[in-house]
Amino acid sequence: MIEFQGVSKVFDDGTRAVDDFTLVLPSHKTTVFVGSSGSGKTTLLRMINRMVDPTGGRILIDGEDIARLDPVRLRRRIGYVLQAAGLLPHRTVVDNIATVPRLNGVPRAQARAAARELLGTVGLEESLAMRYPNQLSGGQQQRVGVARALAADPNVLLMDEPFGAVDPIVRAELQQELNRLQRELGKTIVFVTHDIDEAFLLADQVVILKTGGVVAQVGTPGQILSEPAEDFVASFIGADAGKRQLYLQHRQGDGDVTLVVDGDGRPTGVLAGSPAAPGADPR
Amino acid sequence: MEFFLSALIWLVNPENYVPGSQSPLPISDRLIEHVLYTAICVLISAVIALPLGFYIGHTGRGRQFVISLTGGARAMPTLGLLMALSVFFGYFLSFTVTGFAAAFTALTILAIPSTLAGAYAGIESVDRTTVDAARASGMSEMQILAKVEIPLAMPLIIGGIRASVLQVIATAVVASYIGLGGIGRIISSGIGFNDNDRILGGALLVTILALVVDGMLALVQRFVSPRALRTPIFTPRAVRRETSDTRAASAGRRAVAEASADEGK
Amino acid sequence: MSWTLDNLDLVAELTLSHIRLSVVPIVLSFVIAVPLGWVANRNPTLRAVTISAGSLLYTIPSLPLFVILPYILGTRVLSEVNVLVALTIYGVAVMVRSAADALASVDKDTRQAATAVGYSSWTRFWRVELPLAGPVLLAGLRVVSVSTIALVSVGAIIGSRNLGYLFLNGRQRNNLEEILIGIVASILIALLFDVILVALGRVLMPWQTTAPLRLLARQPSPPRQRGGASWSSSSAR
Repeated sequence: MIEFQGVSKVFDDGTRAVDDFTLVLPSHKTTVFVGSSGSGKTTLLRMINRMVDPTGGRILIDGEDIARLDPVRLRRRIGYVLQAAGLLPHRTVVDNIATVPRLNGVPRAQARAAARELLGTVGLEESLAMRYPNQLSGGQQQRVGVARALAADPNVLLMDEPFGAVDPIVRAELQQELNRLQRELGKTIVFVTHDIDEAFLLADQVVILKTGGVVAQVGTPGQILSEPAEDFVASFIGADAGKRQLYLQHRQGDGDVTLVVDGDGRPTGVLAGSPAAPGADPR
Repeated sequence: MEFFLSALIWLVNPENYVPGSQSPLPISDRLIEHVLYTAICVLISAVIALPLGFYIGHTGRGRQFVISLTGGARAMPTLGLLMALSVFFGYFLSFTVTGFAAAFTALTILAIPSTLAGAYAGIESVDRTTVDAARASGMSEMQILAKVEIPLAMPLIIGGIRASVLQVIATAVVASYIGLGGIGRIISSGIGFNDNDRILGGALLVTILALVVDGMLALVQRFVSPRALRTPIFTPRAVRRETSDTRAASAGRRAVAEASADEGK
Repeated sequence: MSWTLDNLDLVAELTLSHIRLSVVPIVLSFVIAVPLGWVANRNPTLRAVTISAGSLLYTIPSLPLFVILPYILGTRVLSEVNVLVALTIYGVAVMVRSAADALASVDKDTRQAATAVGYSSWTRFWRVELPLAGPVLLAGLRVVSVSTIALVSVGAIIGSRNLGYLFLNGRQRNNLEEILIGIVASILIALLFDVILVALGRVLMPWQTTAPLRLLARQPSPPRQRGGASWSSSSAR
């Protein structure tokens, strides 16, 4: 469990990134911070492993005030995945994955063996083990980044827009994989994104942030969709533009299907069970 | 052309290598001196400049200092520095050691800016995301420097040292005028006696020395460059297309950093 | 200061001569290097050859080059032509790389746009490529200028009349002041030239954003992203 208690952050240049932020991030759940740039979401994330120190308030992990912990030790206990993967370009894939275990003093052979196993966990072929990062595609690099973050078997996984730099098809794939991983591993994941659809897809708990680290709403995707707390949230999730209001449209002429359309009448899908829908029983 | 031929013959003539010959012979002694002086001065300067460059590159503190220093050093006339130090040291050192002390000091001072700039530019050229990720993985600052930044900066670090070595080899020739040994002795005695063989032979020998040492350091530079960053021998085509953008970007950064590492003579 | 005051004429004469000996190689190396840089960009082989030749020449130590040249050029050993040629060689060696990089730095889209609006390749070079390569060319020229001025003094050893004379003479007469005046004068010339080049750049390339004047120093690279990279690691965002 990660607890933010009245946390604020004012940078040296006077920018107030986060203001009096209080929240509990439950264990084994995925919490997604979502907001546009300047909303302080990355700052909040980076305060958890002390890449940034708060100027006010405190952060507890499992009841322990992290300000009292050595930042270097703390970071070795927490997995971290960045947007650009941030792999060490001069080390092979296995050695990249083995970084943290090696720092923790695990013998090289053992760390490498464990790293090879992790390749499978994140859906990479073992033949990639001896490649260098610049010989991988963007999606593969990102998977290696996830494997590295998992290598020390941390309870907490921080993910800073990890899928922001890959193309939409690969992104969708990686998102599904992350959900699968999370079902298997049950980590406490803190995920940052500016993409509300990604947030709804991955989150158990969504935190919508406004400029300056002010919380607009906290809740499950369902709660936020059904009861946007304020106009800002409604507009952010696209509810005001009719994107989230869906209607059924029965089309007798076109094979008798029921379409699901949004507020503008644009189709978003086909109602399951309607006669000609893919996968529906033909009778 | 016959001058060059004659000088080359003089250079390889075993008589000019007989131990105990009258100065500036034997050639071998002068050559060894030249290499030795260069090695010592570059070593001392590296001990000073590398840690400083690492510190500045890692923290970003004092960048302006390096930029001004390397710019200013380029404007410093080496001959003037040598002569000024030799007169200055003469005020409180005995005649016999003045030349040596002045020459060593000047050569060491002249070797510092390039090495410093190479070290600083090398560290600074390392992708900040990589460093950020290393820090987030739980590396201490020293570990980031030793395991990430220095290995990735190696080509530029060696590049800086390479420029320093050339500078010292060249200036050591001039330093013979304040009593330092080395190949400069051969040239200056040649000018004194109007002996073409010595003038040309000495000049060719230093040039060859410079080219050989520079070539060797170029090889070292290639050798220390992390394997992953050398031109890949095999890269799947699809991957190559996908990564070519980022590689071009990092090549650009590298070129900038390299440019700030190479120095005047 | 007594020596300086007594010898103002000498210092002035040597300074002027020093300037003359510097200007010629600086101008020549620019004029020679730009076409070479253009040629270097024609294809990778030419580029490799030109740049390697440049760096090989640059490796030759200065005094040896000064004394080798008379045998190649057939000049007298004490002729100042040797110094001029040697300094031009170094200048070209440095400048050719800058010129190649400068011309290569011109945005491809801009070049295509210029062709599309109807420039011939000759006018395109003069009206588009050369001006846009200007900033990088200027940076290279500033390096050439500063290092040439510093190198001229080595020529004094082979009899060239310039500020280097004060270094040799000052040492013989054990006169530190004389040497220091020579150093100061040489650095001042370098500064003066740098000011002139930067000013020239401002006049010829008014579209450049006016960066603060940084004398003798290469333009620093843009400030890097400092994502928590300080020792205290607390300034990240």
